[in-house]
This record gives sequence, C-alpha cells and structure tokens, in this order.
Amino acid sequence: MAYDDKIRAAYRAEIEAIREKGLYKEKRFICSPQGAEILVEYPEGAPREKVLNFCANNYLGLSSHPEVVAAAHRGLDERGYGMSSVRFICGTQDIHRELQDKVSEFLGMESTLLFPSCMDANSGVFEAILGKNDVIIADRLIHASLVDGIRLCSAEYDTFKHMDMKHLENKLILHRDKRVRLVVTDGVFSMDGDLAPLDRMCELCDRYGAMLLVDDSHGTGFIGRTGRGTHEHFGVMDRVDIITTTFGKGLGGASGGCVSGRRELVELCRQKARPYLFSNSLAPAIVAASIKVIELITGSTERRDKLERNTVRFRQGITEVGLCVREGETPIVPVMLFNAKLANDMARDMYAEGIYVVGFFFPVVPAGAARIRVQLSAAHEDHHIDRCVEAFRKVGEKYGILGLDRNGIIEKYGM
Amino acid sequence: MDEMKKAVLQYVIDEYVDEDEEMEVDAATPLISSGLVDSFSMVSLKVFLEKKYGVKLPDDEATPEAFDTVDSICDLVRKHQG
Repeated sequence: MAYDDKIRAAYRAEIEAIREKGLYKEKRFICSPQGAEILVEYPEGAPREKVLNFCANNYLGLSSHPEVVAAAHRGLDERGYGMSSVRFICGTQDIHRELQDKVSEFLGMESTLLFPSCMDANSGVFEAILGKNDVIIADRLIHASLVDGIRLCSAEYDTFKHMDMKHLENKLILHRDKRVRLVVTDGVFSMDGDLAPLDRMCELCDRYGAMLLVDDSHGTGFIGRTGRGTHEHFGVMDRVDIITTTFGKGLGGASGGCVSGRRELVELCRQKARPYLFSNSLAPAIVAASIKVIELITGSTERRDKLERNTVRFRQGITEVGLCVREGETPIVPVMLFNAKLANDMARDMYAEGIYVVGFFFPVVPAGAARIRVQLSAAHEDHHIDRCVEAFRKVGEKYGILGLDRNGIIEKYGM
Repeated sequence: MDEMKKAVLQYVIDEYVDEDEEMEVDAATPLISSGLVDSFSMVSLKVFLEKKYGVKLPDDEATPEAFDTVDSICDLVRKHQG
C-alpha cells in the first residue's frame, strides 16, 4: 500500500501547519433550511444553537422560499433527478434552454450558457475565447475562480491596482499591440462590498478597443434599480461584453452558474470550455427552481428593495455604535478590525450572542485588513438587524474598540 | 544601490504601493511574504523585468521566494542575463 505511515505523517504535518498559522477551517453544521434564523452545531458535537445568520450569500432570501422549493419539486417530478450526461451528449432539456433564454433577457445580453457553477464558468471562459496573442488585464482583487481561469488560459495576463482607472489605462496602453485586450473585474467585490466603476471602465474599453468581462455573482438580482446587476447600476447594460454569474447566491443559492454575453463568445464557450464539456448538466430541480427565481425577481423588485432598506438600517446602526465599517451601499458590510486574532475572537463572541458571522484575515484579505464580513438578506427583519447591531455593540465594548478608527484599533491590537 | 535595484525598486513602489499608504519599501523589504504583492499580481513585475532587461524568466524559477525582495529579484535577473 502506497499510503504508508511516512506519507500519512507528512500530510498530518501539513494540516498541523495550517492549524498553527491560524488558517484551519473548522467544521460547522447547519441543521435547518438556510434562512435568517438557523440551527447550528458548532463546534462539531456541541448542542445545536438557534442563531441569526449574517454570513450567507442569501441576499434575496430565496434559498428556502416556498415558491422556489415548490418549483424545484415540480422540476423533480416532471424532469427527473439527474441527467447522467454532460450537456452536449444527452444532458440538455427544454428547461435548460428556457433558463438560458430567461437569464439573457434578465441581464440584457445576447446569449447565455449554463455551467455547473460560476467557478466552472470562470475556469472555462478565458481559454475558450482567448489565445496566446491576447492579453487579460485584471483588477488585483478579483475572485479566486477568475484567477484560476486566467492561469489556465494561454493568453498573457497583467493586473491593475484595485479600481484604479489611471493604472488600468496605463496597462491598456502598454498592451496595445495585442489582438484582444480583455479587462476583467468583479461587479461587486466580495470582501469589501465595493462596486467596480463600470461606467468608467466601459469608457476606457471603448477608447482603447478592449472587451470587458464582469463577474457579477455578488450583484445579480439586487444591484441596480430592477436588480439586473452592477451594469444596470452604472447605466451600461448594453456595453459589457461578458457577464459571469451564479445561481448559488442571491438567485436561490443552490448551485449553477453561467456565461452570458456576445453571441459568438458564448458559442465558443459551448464548443470549447472544458468545465462545460466535461462536467454534468445542472440538475433539473435546480433549473426549474432557477426559472422560478428569475420570474419572481422580474415580476417584482420587492425583495431587492427590502434588502436595500435592510442594508441602510444595518449600516446606520453599526456606524452609530462606533465600529469602523467600510462605506458603501451593498449588502456586504466589512466591520474592519485589522488584527486577525481580534477578528476571530470577536466572531466567536458574536456567536455566543446568537449571531453567526465569520472573521476573515490574510491570505483571504490583504495582510492587516482583517475584518468580520456581515452580509444582509431580504430574509432579515428589522428585529434581526437590531439584535445583530446590539451584539456588535456589546462585543465591541468588551474589546474596547467602539469609537476607535483604524489607527486607534491598530494601536491597541496591532495589525 | 546599483541602477538595476533602483529601477526595480521604483517599479515596485509605483506598481504596488498605494499613494495614500504610509509604507517604506527598500531592497530588502519582503514583498510577497508580507502580503504587499500577491502571487497573482506578481506577474506584472515579471512582465516588466522581461521587457526591460531582455530576459526570459522560467516559471519554475520565478517563484514567490525568488520574487520576495528587490535584492533577490535582481539576483535572478542577473543570473539570466548571462
């Protein structure tokens, strides 16, 4: 047997090193449907606790919505459990086509192709549409799945400082000899909750003949007046060439993603993108439920409007309490603590107060930028938000950081 | 400090240090292990070095360790200048 004691010991040492660096991911078990109030077993083996969830990507509160669950049941009854095939052999049902058409219409794009996840969409899109004479110019804080996709592609790549338009322009000039220049950004950045300035990026892309790809996984369904996404927010719905997004966050939260964009680019993904070609079709129940989600959010802006109100209420509350938050308008609210241990300790104390939030620190966020990331949902009610703010006040007071700015917290706890 | 170190250091400051950041960087400052430069954005530095000094830095040598300080970066470039 090749897996001998020596190899086992080496792997154990690697796991131990992760633990020693404070990067070990603990197991947490949710023993209820996803929602504002959940039942959690944490740490493993501990009694289940009813807590308020402020760390899910359940932005629109649709993860356990009765109409979405009912649609999933219908999909299961009418189209079966699984397809046992990739899309291009015998894995495409009429409902896959219907969902693709509905997503194209919702996002205002020419065409859409479903992937098993947005991670897969981002892994496959670059190699399908670019070659060695092309260049990708990416914001430095794009999501890890985009980074992986870019590294899998034969095109050259370069980066620009986070949301720095002058730096992006310099890079567009530097790479002007390339066949295709593809600028890549998140629409909403998942750790800071800030919005990429797509209006200015479109202007630069027009000026230098570049294409623009936006991963709008943290924006689709609720950013913009009717929730179409970051491109709607900035009034550039017809000027973005490719959007990748997910059904695993605001849009029901199960799984699945897509590439949506110019017809030829999407067609090339259908022909060449490896995660599309070599991975199973999205399950019928998820497709059917996702169609229902698109119908719900096309028919009414009620849920994204509620999310917007919840975001304002939380941001106002947490600012009044005197915690240091990054300003913004999205439902991702980073409570900045700068020190990794402080972020971890406070998240643990918040859990004891019945609030489920998680601390993030290097290498997930830049060194010295540790924080607790709070995510609002349309499933939250005012009393949930008020409880969360009150818990932050209590825990923040315990650590003596209320009213302190960045320098004050760093002076007290270091980076 | 020699000309190459000066040029590389200036590039690192312009490319990676935010204007509003109070940070002093010299030839011995850790870049990657400190988190100032991540492995993804390191590629910009590699492109710069290859263009400016007319070298090809193989991927197996352009490692985060080799790119960790301006000193070690210049050693690597010189090695490939022949």
